[in-house]
Amino acid sequence: MTAQVITISSGKGGVGKTTTVANLAVALAADGAKVVCIDGDIGLRNLDVVMGLENRIVYDIVDVIEGRCKLRQAMIRDKHLTELYLIPAAQTRDKNAVSPSDMTRLCNELRPEVDFILIDSPAGIERGFRNAIAPADRVLVVTNPEVSAVRDADRVVGILEAEEKRQTGLIINRLNPVLVKQHDMLSANDVLDLLGIQLVGIVPEDEGVIVSSNRGAPVAQDPKSRAGQAFRNIAKRIKGEDVPFMEFGKQDGLWDRIQRMAGGRKA
Amino acid sequence: MMKWFGRKPSAESAKERLQLVLIHDRTALTPAEMTALKDELLAVISRHVEIDPDAVQIQLEHDGRTQRLLADIPLRSVSRRRAG
Repeated sequence: MTAQVITISSGKGGVGKTTTVANLAVALAADGAKVVCIDGDIGLRNLDVVMGLENRIVYDIVDVIEGRCKLRQAMIRDKHLTELYLIPAAQTRDKNAVSPSDMTRLCNELRPEVDFILIDSPAGIERGFRNAIAPADRVLVVTNPEVSAVRDADRVVGILEAEEKRQTGLIINRLNPVLVKQHDMLSANDVLDLLGIQLVGIVPEDEGVIVSSNRGAPVAQDPKSRAGQAFRNIAKRIKGEDVPFMEFGKQDGLWDRIQRMAGGRKA
Repeated sequence: MMKWFGRKPSAESAKERLQLVLIHDRTALTPAEMTALKDELLAVISRHVEIDPDAVQIQLEHDGRTQRLLADIPLRSVSRRRAG
């Protein structure tokens, strides 16, 4: 095996990077791939809680880099998926504890063992971000259909171009189809037009994402969730499958309206 | 749906504003520098040919991830210059 290293980045914070990493990891692993995710946000560790693994941490990425433990010892196995692992960030250190070459070395050690290495980049375009993109074969930029998120995503894409990271993809997260229909939110096409990179996925806004992160069980495991379906589709596209993009306009059909009137979950 | 009294839909404003902001971010040109660039460009060109400064249009446009400077500089016709 030679793993593909995929870094999830965004520029702006709070657009859903960590949620994306957790969900893609779960979707890939549920589909039979061996996956390691690395939390690159040193000092602000979060991927562990989103994945529900916070109580199992003994060693972290800085322990591995500084030689206090073996790589294996810092890999926490998921509760349900036996081929899914997390290497947590250190919480009490800062981003300067790791260098881009440390990250590259660590990923090279992991590459023969797994199919995918997913790195959760911190927000911003400084050291932590540089660390996260250093080993990447592919960088997925997450954005929301909103002015500040799109502007920051464009900065990240510009830096990736300058770094000659050619394999970039765009994930538009938290798209609200009702607002788009009212012309009060940028559409996926608007965002694509502005950023000019390849689209990998569109994830609709979904309350289920908050509920699932409350429980530490990523929404990709919920067969009924639309956001979960969107993440599963992205995972398939990462594997090279040709999956059509979801149609969001169609969900506002008669059945959805009946469900809403009956107090069911919102679209 | 939110076209209150003919106001532009907010998504359209967002896109237009972003288009401008991104072009300036990508080229690292401030609007002031852009004005200076235009003035200098016109000065150079008018040393060689006669132009109509009010009809000149110089702007940055983007096509995917490439930016280009588009200049539309109408020249004053030679015959008119001679006649005058």
